[in-house]
Amino acid sequence: MSLTLKNVSRVVDGETWIDDVNLTLEPGSFNVLLGRTLSGKTTLMRLMAGLDRPTKGQIMMNGVDVTGVPVRERNISMVYQQFINYPNMTVYDNIASPLRLAKMSHAEIDRRVRETAEMLRIDIFLDRLPLQLSGGQQQRTAMARALVKDSQIILFDEPLVNLDYKLREELRQELRALFKARNCIAVYATTEPNEALALGGNTAVLHEGKLLQFGPTAEVYHRPKDIITAEMFSEPPINVVPGRVSETEVTFDESVHFQLNSDLRPLKPGNYQFGVRASHIGLVPHADDDLELPVRVDLAEISGSETFLHVHNPHFDLVLHLSGVHEYHVDQQIKVYFPTHKLYAFDEGGQLVHAPAGLGGR
Amino acid sequence: MTKVENNKAWWLVLPVFLIVAFSAIIPLMTVVNYSVQDIFDPYTRYFVGTEWFKQVMTDSRLHDALLRQFLFSFTILLIEIPLGIAVALMMPTKGRGASLSLILVAIPLLIPWNVVGTIWQIFGRADIGLFGAMMAKLGINYNYASEPLHAWLTVVLMDVWHWTPLVALLCYSGLRAIPEVYYQAARIDKASRWAVFRYIQLPKLTNVLIIGVLLRFMDSFMIYTEPFVLTGGGPGTSTTFLSQSLVQQAIGQFDLGPAAAFSLVYFLIILLVCWVFYTTIMHMQKDK
Repeated sequence: MSLTLKNVSRVVDGETWIDDVNLTLEPGSFNVLLGRTLSGKTTLMRLMAGLDRPTKGQIMMNGVDVTGVPVRERNISMVYQQFINYPNMTVYDNIASPLRLAKMSHAEIDRRVRETAEMLRIDIFLDRLPLQLSGGQQQRTAMARALVKDSQIILFDEPLVNLDYKLREELRQELRALFKARNCIAVYATTEPNEALALGGNTAVLHEGKLLQFGPTAEVYHRPKDIITAEMFSEPPINVVPGRVSETEVTFDESVHFQLNSDLRPLKPGNYQFGVRASHIGLVPHADDDLELPVRVDLAEISGSETFLHVHNPHFDLVLHLSGVHEYHVDQQIKVYFPTHKLYAFDEGGQLVHAPAGLGGR
Repeated sequence: MTKVENNKAWWLVLPVFLIVAFSAIIPLMTVVNYSVQDIFDPYTRYFVGTEWFKQVMTDSRLHDALLRQFLFSFTILLIEIPLGIAVALMMPTKGRGASLSLILVAIPLLIPWNVVGTIWQIFGRADIGLFGAMMAKLGINYNYASEPLHAWLTVVLMDVWHWTPLVALLCYSGLRAIPEVYYQAARIDKASRWAVFRYIQLPKLTNVLIIGVLLRFMDSFMIYTEPFVLTGGGPGTSTTFLSQSLVQQAIGQFDLGPAAAFSLVYFLIILLVCWVFYTTIMHMQKDK
């Protein structure tokens, strides 16, 4: 079962929601759709499901054109951001409902419902009504309903956003494990780069209705095709600093110089945009050739056990992603260490020309 | 720890207390007062205990009116609730059609009771009324002034025409509150139109339906103006409902004592039936 989208576009009221997307999802694969709100994730999923028809282009299943086939005649499941269950059916009946509609035998239904419920650890709640359960259990019920039938495609539309952090991590891992043994196509939409990284599989980065890049998640993360992809696939967004490469050294914004190292030597002299991930800049040097930068603090944003430190020097702004809680006051003078070995270089058109080596990514 | 008396709080409760006293408690107590006395004139009155209540309980005229009243209320509930749901389901959900249909459906609600009565009184006349003339053309001798059944049908029709829109609007708002994803999920599950109604829409409508049933029951149980305008409760006593009997007794015959006793019984019946409705629906919801 492979799903192919060929030059698929969707235009609604003159606005392009999906712009010429080409994508092939392999059977048994786990695919993440990564993009901000309004990037077209849900629209693309609705097209994959057959809930909407593309304005242009074709959708193929196993090489067969299914563009006009309505959702009722396809075999798919979908899990939503909201916890969608039949309100006055018990958890058991909720999970059984797709099987009953498929006219399966009672014994088979019972076996499958119990098996799926056990897998999602809601087997002790089978007699309850959805509203008597916690949010996490309600979403598990909705997931069980999606997983219980043998769908060819299972779509998850930001299923974990309405859950608390701990529960999210737990369910995310279970979900991944559940799909290891299946031969269906899983598609998972999320706005969070970290969630994409945690899920693995493949990632498709969407931006303003366009598919920027698709490939194995780690590869897309480590070798983003261009600046926008790199920005979309990092939280906080990757720092971008304009710079110039000469025969011997790199200059950032006419102010900061450092010797051209072995990594960057292949770059031809000229103007580049340099990207460095927020988590790669440190408060202490990690390597001998880390660049020391005096900066002033704009804001220390503490989020849980992490700190996003916003700083600037006279020429550019930087964001640091630090683990642990660090408190700074505004305008405090500090030094940060800029890793010259972990730089991405993009040409003036924004295309990737150099990615740091040795960071995984194949 | 010593208890601190804070008498200022009483001042905050006082306005509500006064409003409730003047709007509910004092009138009710006046009625209670009347119901246990025989009053000849403002200075001549005798305490009669439960005599009026005994009289009310054995008055066959009132029993007939009560039966008629129940029959009427249940008939219109049986028609208006399903019909209201059906109308709400058929109303368009977006675009200009939605606002247009809302206005059209709401129009009957804006018309006063006595006008509704008059409209149908004329509408049903065989000589000048559209409906009456049409029935006559069809060979049906439709005459609400002489046929009890026809009078009944007209009153029921009138009420259905007047109040189904209320149920429809309540249900419409209830339906709009169901997120679109529920329908989408149902489509993915390959659920039939009936299953969508039975397992998504109806459960989500329970709360507005409770309000609809209670409102329609209470209101129809107190129906007065429409049959009064149409036939004055006739022909005979066939459309004389409880409130009209009460008015006849209290104002027509000036029997204040029995009328007061009757009012109290009337009030208790409404209270009791509403309570039964409410608890039954709540139980049904819980059991499922």
